[in-house]
Amino acid sequence: MTESPPSPASDAPLTIGGRSFRSRLLVGTGKYRSNAEMVRAIEASGADVVTVAVRRVDLDRTKEEGALYHLSPDVYFLLANTAGCYSADEAVRYARLAREAGFNEFIKLEVIGDKETLLPDTAGLLVAARTLVKEGFQVLAYTNDDLITALRLEEAGCAAVMPLASPIGSGLGLLNPYSIRTIKRRLSVPVIVDAGVGTASDACLTMEQGVDGILMNTALAEATDPVQMAWAMRHAVEAGRAAWRAGRMPRREIAVPSSPTTGMLR
Amino acid sequence: MSQLTIELNGERRVVPGPLTLAGLLEHVGLDPRAVVVERNREIVRRPQLASTPLLEGDVIELVHFVGGG
Repeated sequence: MTESPPSPASDAPLTIGGRSFRSRLLVGTGKYRSNAEMVRAIEASGADVVTVAVRRVDLDRTKEEGALYHLSPDVYFLLANTAGCYSADEAVRYARLAREAGFNEFIKLEVIGDKETLLPDTAGLLVAARTLVKEGFQVLAYTNDDLITALRLEEAGCAAVMPLASPIGSGLGLLNPYSIRTIKRRLSVPVIVDAGVGTASDACLTMEQGVDGILMNTALAEATDPVQMAWAMRHAVEAGRAAWRAGRMPRREIAVPSSPTTGMLR
Repeated sequence: MSQLTIELNGERRVVPGPLTLAGLLEHVGLDPRAVVVERNREIVRRPQLASTPLLEGDVIELVHFVGGG
């Protein structure tokens, strides 16, 4: 695997809740075909932060190695989520369990409102966020692309706001760049797009909106070659970020020649 | 030696008593460092597991981290 040359102007790290991370690509650990493939893909992605879920122990298989056996908390920052929670109470319960299990006080808060779309229940989300912030959690809130909800989450004390690009696992990419740009422009806390990214161009386009990072899972796990896709995503995130920092040219609806209009032969 | 009927991870279970929560983990073959214990909707922290007795009718949840997005 070849590394690209480093960006000419070095970027600041991604800082969330007082912790700094070199990589702006955060990855999930679910849905991989094998643990070995998961570990290789995560390595190729260059991610520092990986998300995990909280679930009942399977009491019939207590001797098996867990999926996370090879993801050392010394190497990766484990960000627990409240996936599968459909109420504020449920999400708070899971967050408390996660904090007890885990290695930090961070939580990716999900309060889901609908099974088919997995879109967030923003009312429940705000209630849960306020409760968890009061209990000292660093809350990274998975939300939709509504500015008002994003502002309320920031006001509630969330450490980061995570608007979706499109529904979880949909691979539809960035459906509403305008909304994501608006959220990034108006918020002070980090904005990390979570959910819906499908391929490298989606990731690049998303970073070009100026957001602070991207979280993805299915895009890697369901790629035919997750390790190759992870490499692609790593570079796409870096490219999109660099393009945004470079300041793109304006869009125009008329052409402006790139070659001189003088000195033509007569 | 007596028996205790509890609910463990959503299922009715009979275990040999008396037992502490630490003893319960040993009974099901789990390392206390790898799980979080919730007893009647309250988290019982690791240092307290050996001193917390399991009671008849307790609802126990044993959870851990798994892969997820």
